Amino acid sequence: MSKILEGLYYSEDHEWVKVLEDNIVLVGITDFAQAELGDVVFVDLPEEGDEIVQGEEFGAVESVKAASDLVAPVSGEVIEINEDLVGEPEKVNEEPYEAWFIKVKLSDPKELDSLLNNKAYKEEISE
Amino acid sequence: MENYKVTPLHEEHIKLNAKMVNFAGFHMPISYTSIKEEHEAVRNNVGMFDVSHMGEIIIKGKEAQKFVEYLFTNHVETLKAGEINYGMMLNNGGTVIDDLLVYKINDEEFFLVVNASNIGKDYSHIVEQTDGFDVVVENASEEYAEIAIQGPNTEKMIHKLLGIDLSDLKFFNFNNYEYHNHSLLISRTGYTGEDGFEIYGSDEAIIELWNIFIDQSITPCGLGSRDTLRFEANLPLYGHEISNEITPIEAGLKYFVKIDSNINFLGKAALIDQMENSLTRRVVGLELKQKSIPREGYKVFKDDEEIGYITTGYLSITTGKPIALAMINRPYTKRGTEVSVQVRNKMIPGFIRNKKFLKETK
Repeated sequence: MSKILEGLYYSEDHEWVKVLEDNIVLVGITDFAQAELGDVVFVDLPEEGDEIVQGEEFGAVESVKAASDLVAPVSGEVIEINEDLVGEPEKVNEEPYEAWFIKVKLSDPKELDSLLNNKAYKEEISE
Repeated sequence: MENYKVTPLHEEHIKLNAKMVNFAGFHMPISYTSIKEEHEAVRNNVGMFDVSHMGEIIIKGKEAQKFVEYLFTNHVETLKAGEINYGMMLNNGGTVIDDLLVYKINDEEFFLVVNASNIGKDYSHIVEQTDGFDVVVENASEEYAEIAIQGPNTEKMIHKLLGIDLSDLKFFNFNNYEYHNHSLLISRTGYTGEDGFEIYGSDEAIIELWNIFIDQSITPCGLGSRDTLRFEANLPLYGHEISNEITPIEAGLKYFVKIDSNINFLGKAALIDQMENSLTRRVVGLELKQKSIPREGYKVFKDDEEIGYITTGYLSITTGKPIALAMINRPYTKRGTEVSVQVRNKMIPGFIRNKKFLKETK
């Protein structure tokens, strides 16, 4: 059974968004996504200062077997990337809700309303 | 699950909660827990694969030996009963119909083990070639279940769990064994680059063996680790390094072709012609200089010129390096040639290298 946390936003591409403070969010992939991928061996992240656009690819998470695009759940500027994942990509499997990929300054906070809450995401993955 | 075939061990895979995929028309496990753990079990200890999807074709008759010599790229004339050889079957144009193992039972009987995805095609091809040969061809794929037990501790483990002593069985040899009234054919072969055995038997026999090994905590391994293991050992996979558009010379598998012998085999003339006149590309090793993963199908460039593609690539589990097998146009096949691989929208620098991926760790 996949773990889903309350209080996060979710995308249909199996990413979570956690609001830290006004307009600043963390983005990662869900427990369901990491289990589907299997052993994560590499995370290809954008650079600080890059702009990401909701619905567009911003990087990739790679398991032994396959590369999977990361699709931006929100738009904004990447203000930090999680360097720990470069050396320890397995953290994505071990603690998917701790292993954030990027910290983003939102350009349009209203986009959060287009994402799913925990209940809606639960339905999404049980379909 | 529509129209998938299943192996006799299918129920066991479901019980073990394996992640299942459709492969060559079979519903097969890709992994049980983690590809990495399964890979490491085989490199360091013992792992077990269900390979019952593989095809078995039996050639019998007075001219069986002569017939297999004609069909098969590698030597058959030098094989003694109980010995095995690896090679390919080619069409007249020299490209590969399939790669296979040939087991010599005696001068008048050979046991061919072929890829699951090619069973129908192989059988038709073989039957078509029988004109003028006194042989009978039988597709026995449904009669055999098969498991591969692989890894450095396999011989000890089989001795301990089954009481079968395989210490005298040499690499690429086989023999018949009895276990609980089941007759088993066991060969010292595999597809992992490690020592190990492949065991053929009836469905009942193989299910019984599988459960004995599972009960003793032998790691079940799926198709995921089967691919990462064979890749690191530079063993080709049909549809990747070899196919009906690729010759053994292009695939870098000339070692498995009796090109210098007097024996005529199907496709030989085309291979000689290619070697003398028209070899334009070859499968080589490739390594990236920065952390990224060169995956199957990615394009390879020299400056702005597209010079080939990745046939199989991984972040090697054993060595940690981003390595690949790649089909590269000559003259860029030379070791040390600087190339780049397009990974999504980035060009990642790399170089052509040897294919001995495992040698540097052992």
